[in-house]
Amino acid sequence: MLKLVAAVINRDLRLAMRRPADIFSTLFFFIIVVSLFPLGVGAEAELLRKIAPGVLWVAALLATLLSLPRLFADDHRDGTLEQLMLAPQPLGLVVLGKIIAHWIVCGLPLALLAPLLGLQFDLAGDALAVLALSLLIGTPALSGIGAIGAALTLGVRGGGVLLSLLVLPLYIPVLIFGAGAVDATLTGLGAQAHLSLLAALTLAGVFFTPWPSAAAIRVALE
Amino acid sequence: MLDASGLECVRGEARLFADVSLRVDAGEMLFVQGCNGSGKTSLLRMLCGFSPPAAGAIRWRGKAIGSLGEDYRRELFYLGHLNAIKEELTPLENLRASARLADETLASDAALDALERLGLGGRADLACRYLSQGQKRRVALARLVHERRALWVLDEPYVGLDAPAMALIAGLIGAHLQRGGLAVLTTHQAVKVAAGRVRELLLEAAPGRRAG
Repeated sequence: MLKLVAAVINRDLRLAMRRPADIFSTLFFFIIVVSLFPLGVGAEAELLRKIAPGVLWVAALLATLLSLPRLFADDHRDGTLEQLMLAPQPLGLVVLGKIIAHWIVCGLPLALLAPLLGLQFDLAGDALAVLALSLLIGTPALSGIGAIGAALTLGVRGGGVLLSLLVLPLYIPVLIFGAGAVDATLTGLGAQAHLSLLAALTLAGVFFTPWPSAAAIRVALE
Repeated sequence: MLDASGLECVRGEARLFADVSLRVDAGEMLFVQGCNGSGKTSLLRMLCGFSPPAAGAIRWRGKAIGSLGEDYRRELFYLGHLNAIKEELTPLENLRASARLADETLASDAALDALERLGLGGRADLACRYLSQGQKRRVALARLVHERRALWVLDEPYVGLDAPAMALIAGLIGAHLQRGGLAVLTTHQAVKVAAGRVRELLLEAAPGRRAG
């Protein structure tokens, strides 16, 4: 079973490496959106510190959203998804592999990049660390929830917009606890509680979302 | 081994075919014929379990394919209109990746040998997006060389191939039948498969094309 998940991750990462433009467009989108805020709001350190958690998390959400339509669409177009469906193992495991691969090329780089961008908002060292940690813990949930949306909009014309409408409301809990963790650090409350809840969301997200996604893919290929 | 009875296919408002029965045994090939739009691809996709038939039942070794699930998929090889190869990967990587995803092991040598036989020996390390349509189809069909699953379902395998390649694929199907395998295929090309018994199924417009 794990062999199949590993095979899917291996294949998807290899494909991502051959198409680096896709990864970089997501990252540059993140960098630019985050960098626009200090320029637009002005160099008022107090205000920037206050908006930083929300801005960084919302930008991460949107960057993830940007990369989601490709999650299943490429495999759908060239027929590979049909072959994956015929794998002698549950389709949910294939989806789980794709979610993990998506997180490695999307969520992980965002989390690693965030502390650097947080410097523009005059965040202190401990806040930067919690920011990276919260993104590290929270972004797998974004990939998981996003997989449901990507599967539901598979083959739908103008699916990108529909995908945003479906997925963004479901991202709200992750956003609240993710940004909340950084906020709590800034106000000196400690991020422990927020991070625990975020981890719970991720665990639930990664373990339960592959199955509805698999069901949606089956319907799309019927 | 594979048999179906009373199959009915409804696509949107139109009923493509109704009351289709078929049977394929070890060493036999079922040749599905019919004009464009008669539901050949739909029938093949039903046999693979992608879409449930509107009516009727499909059985593999006497059991409904829906209840067999993974056990059926383990014995099924399907190749549709789409090649299911990744443009960014090389033919060699494609072959090995699709074997791994089907929970099979394909050694590098075996994969190279398969590509060699399909006339892609010098192209094994070239990304597939640089190949021609026919060559891409050959990469997809190279999977047949070492494919030992019992049931092959091939939808128009010869499209885009030249005459020598068609003969080669027909030879591979013949060898598969001789090993006691089963094959279901559709094609508009008249290609003789040397070995095995061939059954034919002609899909005709169902009476009362509008369903409901």
